[in-house]
Amino acid sequence: MLQGINLVCVRGDRELFQDVNFSLEAGGLMQVRGPNGSGKTSLLRMICGLSQPAAGDILWNGQTIRELENDYYAAVTYIGHLSGTKDDLTVLENLQISSALAGTEISIDRAYEALHFIGLKGREALPAKVLSQGQRRRVALARLLVCNTPLWILDEPLVALDVMAVKLIQDILEKHLRNGGMAVLTTHQEIKISAASILELQLA
Amino acid sequence: MFIWIIKRDLLLAVRRQSDVLTTLFFFIIVVSLFPLSVGPEMNLLRAMAPGIVWVAALLASMLSLGRMFSNDYMDGTLEQMLLSPQSLSLLVLGKALAHWLVTGIPLVLMAPVLGIQYDLPVDALAILTFSLLLGTPVLSLIGAIGAALTLGLRGGGVLVSLLVLPLYIPILIFGAGAVEANMAGVEFDAHLSLIGAFLLVSMVFAPWAAASSLRVSLE
Repeated sequence: MLQGINLVCVRGDRELFQDVNFSLEAGGLMQVRGPNGSGKTSLLRMICGLSQPAAGDILWNGQTIRELENDYYAAVTYIGHLSGTKDDLTVLENLQISSALAGTEISIDRAYEALHFIGLKGREALPAKVLSQGQRRRVALARLLVCNTPLWILDEPLVALDVMAVKLIQDILEKHLRNGGMAVLTTHQEIKISAASILELQLA
Repeated sequence: MFIWIIKRDLLLAVRRQSDVLTTLFFFIIVVSLFPLSVGPEMNLLRAMAPGIVWVAALLASMLSLGRMFSNDYMDGTLEQMLLSPQSLSLLVLGKALAHWLVTGIPLVLMAPVLGIQYDLPVDALAILTFSLLLGTPVLSLIGAIGAALTLGLRGGGVLVSLLVLPLYIPILIFGAGAVEANMAGVEFDAHLSLIGAFLLVSMVFAPWAAASSLRVSLE
């Protein structure tokens, strides 16, 4: 279970948000909404543990994530604005290496399978620099297929994706939630996902 | 994961050879400029050689420091590394080791050839090479701290030299000192032992310090 308690975010002199509370159960989806600059990405980075809240606490199964550190990171997959793909590596190498760094080593067959599923068949051996923005995004999102973490934190996962890919990501998310996973995401697009519980968090 | 990060960084270096070659050619050119400008005065050149080769190695190693984390920072890979369930210090150690393999080892291999321009005797060349072999990993390790601290700052390249060069001074003194001691006919073991000690200490503390700075830099 993921809980946020009285979270406060300060950037420079400005307070982006205060007293943000949420509680996410297994199988639940939390969608963070708000206009540009309202602190959606800041909140997501906070939930990942990349930045510390100015006040308040984030609990994972009742323990604060600051103390859990690596045990918590082992449960989280974060896909941010930056796709984390290396221009000089091939699509296949990108997926294999990013999975290995995230703690799950995968076989070549598994990587091929995931890349085919995400719609990159025939592009496996291309260097990532020749890919389009949407294809890069798919390389990053392919990690969702091979990881086995309960908590997914996705910052604008649908940006630059075509209709087919959006549908694909929705299916992947639904399957993850059905299996008892959790997801926190921000998006400006309307998405239709059926989940056990859907939480909307509105930032001012 | 330690192996993966080294494999990845070496693979990237192979795909982007210009980065490696710039460092090596910088080293070769700086070292070669001195004999050309000073002229063929053997005694003077012999006396200057250890110092010049070591200073050039420091500068060459620093030239590539900026790239150690900044590429990963810009494309988001570094964020993912920070969220890796394995120890971040170990990961930094892997990156420093890869940096050394890519920039340090070529300098070490090139040093005996360049030393000939200075008419260094064979045993002095051997000690120069050995002192570089022991000392260049320390440069990469200490450099990792500087690179992590200046990550994402404007003008980080200049700042990293101001931060890191003073920390390089002991290595410079003992590295060049070992060769000078040998040429003067006195014991040089102590110099090399001290560099070895620096290497061990920096292997323990530098990855930890760099990992902490990375967490601060990315917040």
